[in-house]
Amino acid sequence: MFTENYLDEKNIKWKPMRDGSGIGMMELGAEKKDMVVLAADTMESSRAHFFAEKYPERFIQCGIAEQAMIGIASGLAYQGKVPYAVTYAPFLIGRPWEPIRTTIAYPERHVIFVSSHAGISTGQDGPTHQMTEDISITRCLPNFTVICPADYEESRKAVKAAYDLKGPVYIRNAREATPMFTAENAPFEVGKAQILREGKDITAIGHGFVLYWLLLIAEELKDKISIEVINLHTIKPIDKETIIASAKKTGKVFTVEDHNIIGGMGSAVAEVLAENNPAPLYRHGVMDMFTEAGAAKDLWAKYDLDKEGVQRVLMEFAGVK
Amino acid sequence: MSYISPQKLKELELIANRIRQGVIKMVSIAKSGHTGGPLGMADIFTAFYFHVLKHDPKNPMWPERDRLILSNGHICPVRYQTMYAAGYDIAEEELGTFRKIGSRLEGHPNYLRMPALETSSGPLGEGLAEAVGFALAARFDKKEKDYHIWCLTSDGEHDEGMTWEAINIAAKYKLSNLTVIIDRNNIQIDGTTEDVLPLEPLSDKYQSFNWHVMEMNGHDMQEIISTLEEVKAITERPTCIIANTIPGKGVSFMENDYRWHGVPPGQGPEDRVPRDKQTEMALAELKVTEEKILAS
Repeated sequence: MFTENYLDEKNIKWKPMRDGSGIGMMELGAEKKDMVVLAADTMESSRAHFFAEKYPERFIQCGIAEQAMIGIASGLAYQGKVPYAVTYAPFLIGRPWEPIRTTIAYPERHVIFVSSHAGISTGQDGPTHQMTEDISITRCLPNFTVICPADYEESRKAVKAAYDLKGPVYIRNAREATPMFTAENAPFEVGKAQILREGKDITAIGHGFVLYWLLLIAEELKDKISIEVINLHTIKPIDKETIIASAKKTGKVFTVEDHNIIGGMGSAVAEVLAENNPAPLYRHGVMDMFTEAGAAKDLWAKYDLDKEGVQRVLMEFAGVK
Repeated sequence: MSYISPQKLKELELIANRIRQGVIKMVSIAKSGHTGGPLGMADIFTAFYFHVLKHDPKNPMWPERDRLILSNGHICPVRYQTMYAAGYDIAEEELGTFRKIGSRLEGHPNYLRMPALETSSGPLGEGLAEAVGFALAARFDKKEKDYHIWCLTSDGEHDEGMTWEAINIAAKYKLSNLTVIIDRNNIQIDGTTEDVLPLEPLSDKYQSFNWHVMEMNGHDMQEIISTLEEVKAITERPTCIIANTIPGKGVSFMENDYRWHGVPPGQGPEDRVPRDKQTEMALAELKVTEEKILAS
């Protein structure tokens, strides 16, 4: 399930998950001739260029016109193509939200949205480009599947798995390089949460790079507290069974994500728990605020999303000294 | 210019007139819906479904069919009525279910309930981008010459930035298999288009975006058909047809009055005809026209 020596924090390899999506789309393009990729003037930085260079005849450069990109993707999907729309999360999901709702979600078109620049990990471009509301505004749309890959390899798998789904699919990628801790041959099933590490005192649920921190923290604190770590890569449809079973076992749930705590994965988990198995819950993440520009690692540190910050918040909630 | 016999023209005019009567009945029964736009587009819809479109009402999803994409979905009563008249799988009783719960004939087109509508639509400014997607898909399939993509839009929805994004992209890709027809009726909800947000010079705008532009009288059947057929000769560029129309066409007290945009007879402005007489008088006027056509 993991890369070799993944707990070796000093030597683990880092790579952006957007690269995984980019390579994954290119690989898939060889086999799927009805696949089309659309970009909005961020071809290289959102990693659509791997596909574009190989299959220029199936690549559409829309320019800085994200709303039209969405409409075009809808039209292609009506005609039986499988469009992948690729750009930064705020412009892919935020700017054209109503066209997405009307032209893709409502008529159940199979369009795959692949983002880059999700979360405060976007870093120095600042809050205008750090999308921390994308999970909230996609998971509330009927027919959507929402996937937040853990790292490079999982993102590569996600873009391929999305091809076989129905309706709209959102795949959320951060811009920054993040630790590559999942193995190339690790299983990935849309809608099925993965227990990365079993534990009995507290359930810690995450998506994206923070999962790596949770694994390190679980190892480091193993003599004080037994932490169960769950990779909730699919936020919608949400794997209720795995969440409820773990919450029943541990009696306490901690969620963490590089996304606003309102409407994100933590909220989705809260909804499941509140209706099925109420358990003490703490949602950690971007605390309903716009942060600031800065290197991703500095932002993680300042806003408690680095390993140390997550550990401190978790220990406080768990009552571990 | 393709020749249409006087007999055929008369036939088409008669069909358009009956479609108008159908629209009045439909929105009156529903006590809800748009009246001005559907009446204004009845001649163009008739020309499409009874002469210009490559389609098969008995096989609505025929892969080689022309695609008719309705961007301004609110005028769907005229599409439902025309499709009914053309022999699509719509029963006469179903026309009375417009805007009612469970109906396929929703207040704005719902593709999932009726795939022959090609898309779901309603929110303005989105259809042209979708049509660009249809046109590009035809190109990927090397079917550009096999069928045409027609996109019907309102003039008001040219206020939307998304429309102009699509106009730009269609020109970039030289989509000669795409034609947009603008219902240039000069009204939108809050008033005339030139008061709300001026569109003119609309033709020059499209030309400067590298489109081929034509204009037509949207109520002259011969001119409509000739103009639509001329599109096939255009290469290397998408085509825009500005169709000058009269909103509310065919009912004197509705014509050119923006207040009839979004209300049915029975709820329209009362300064010319009392509400309880609006449906009746509209149908009576259309009936007189029908008789005139028959007698001509």
